[in-house]
Amino acid sequence: MAEWLQQFAPNVVEKFPELIESFWQTLVMMGGSGVISFFFGLLFGVALIVTRPGGVLQNGLVYGLLDKAVNFFRSIPFIILIAALIPLTRLVSGTAIGTRGAILPLVFGTVPFFTRQVESALAELDHGLIEAAQSMGSSPWEIIFRVYLRESIPGIVRATTITVISLIGLTAMAGVVGGGGLGDFAIRYGHQRNQVDITFATVIIILAMVSLFQGLGNLIIRRTSHSGAHPVKGSLLPFVFHRPVGPFSSSAK
Amino acid sequence: MIELEHICKTFGSGEHAVHAVRDVSLSIREGEIFGIIGFSGAGKSTLVRCINLLEAPTTGRVTVNGQELTGMDERALRKARKKIGMIFQSFNLMPSRTVFQNIAYPLHGSGLSRERIEEKVLSLLELVNMSEKRDAYPSQLSGGQKQRVAIARALASDPKVLLCDEATSALDPQTTRSILRLLHTLNERLGLTIVVITHEMAVIKEICGRVAVMENGAVVEQGEVFDIFSNPQQTITREFIHTTSNLSKIYDLIEEGSPVVELRPDELIVQLTYVEKNVSEALISSISRNFGIDVNIIFSSIEIIQNAPLGGLVAIMSGPRDQVEAAVRFLIEKNVQVEVIKDGRMASAVCS
Repeated sequence: MAEWLQQFAPNVVEKFPELIESFWQTLVMMGGSGVISFFFGLLFGVALIVTRPGGVLQNGLVYGLLDKAVNFFRSIPFIILIAALIPLTRLVSGTAIGTRGAILPLVFGTVPFFTRQVESALAELDHGLIEAAQSMGSSPWEIIFRVYLRESIPGIVRATTITVISLIGLTAMAGVVGGGGLGDFAIRYGHQRNQVDITFATVIIILAMVSLFQGLGNLIIRRTSHSGAHPVKGSLLPFVFHRPVGPFSSSAK
Repeated sequence: MIELEHICKTFGSGEHAVHAVRDVSLSIREGEIFGIIGFSGAGKSTLVRCINLLEAPTTGRVTVNGQELTGMDERALRKARKKIGMIFQSFNLMPSRTVFQNIAYPLHGSGLSRERIEEKVLSLLELVNMSEKRDAYPSQLSGGQKQRVAIARALASDPKVLLCDEATSALDPQTTRSILRLLHTLNERLGLTIVVITHEMAVIKEICGRVAVMENGAVVEQGEVFDIFSNPQQTITREFIHTTSNLSKIYDLIEEGSPVVELRPDELIVQLTYVEKNVSEALISSISRNFGIDVNIIFSSIEIIQNAPLGGLVAIMSGPRDQVEAAVRFLIEKNVQVEVIKDGRMASAVCS
């Protein structure tokens, strides 16, 4: 086995500690920005749904501002966003480079995408449920927590899966600011030094990560969905479709 | 119990304004089952949503249970809504919750202990005859079962009023009847005031005491179901009534030239309609006996509504013309409406 690896992937064997280090950096970037983005994306997604015309907390001003802000940030290609945010990143994180410096741009790149995903997941909810809750005397806050969020769990999980997978793609670009990670690793060795086995190794690792998240997502959806409709079975297809990242991928709306 | 005064509801404004409800005033009494019938787009669903203010009326006053809902603040309105149950055509059960959790939904935050909530939900399940399904999810239930759960949920906060928005329109006729029977039982056992919105006259006939007919956002006719059926004033009301009877098929037969309606000169096709509640005599056999004529029934559609026969029949009367005429006069005296649809003498005159 070791011999076989040595023969077919000499560079991977040589750079193995660095590969592990890059993998870890990717996880740190995803974890840090993922948790923050999940919170804000959910918040803004819910805010868009309840303040939109006809929503339970209808508010044209909040809706208009939020909607435009989301569109604005979604329209900036991530690579440009990273550069444009450098001053703000420095202010917030204390540094604009390294893994820590990558987290803020990742949040800015992910939140608008996830917000739209959450918005469309919540928008799919049958309006009759909202009406029924209102007829039973539920307040807007109760409707948000007990109807919108509770009844959209499968949709929100699906949105989260898609976003996490697109986040893997975004982290690959964070190498630009020295964020490290698998993408940076693959570019530096696999591309720039033509060590093809490194490129393949990172592809396989990322493929495994994507499959893991997709499988996990589908499992949760299956467990939480009682509507009788079955989610798409875990496969490699989501990898192919969801790999394109943030600003260029098809709009969620 | 429910007072609607000059309710108007307009969506949009200016040129694009849609007047969904136009100046509707209704007074619904405590403990009655009141029907509102209209074709789709007549504004009946908007009107029923004005009762619990899911749609705020543009103008007008809504009073339920002695409380004026229009002009209440949000918090007071939410409290008042708990005493107005509502069920829907599409059931609107929460798909991620079991039957039990769905019925417990409105009890959350009611101050009841977990045990009391469980007790209450179980008794509601029993009331709607769904005890075995407590742990099922809505997707595992049939339409009728879903509506039973929705009824239990609507009753969880002990409302005085139940609004039914096309509650049986998505159900097959047999299930519709079982849901209507359940509503009727609830009305009798709990003294629940029920407002039924429907486009099916059969539903009105089955359980309602009084009915309002809506067209283009306005109530065009209202009254006791029996009176409306026996003596409809508006064309639209007549159309609705025709949907529940087969008597109008006679016109199709005549048009098709069916041999059934080919008459000899001494024959007459008549439609007899019961319009008064006091018809209890065996009229057909008595005219046949007393006037020596034959009565051949082609169609008949007679129902017992509010304990009186309602509807009528289409029949061929044959015999000496003076005897037939005397029989017709006799029927008119007995408050039966008689309409001559085809006269054999005139038909043969045209032929010869």
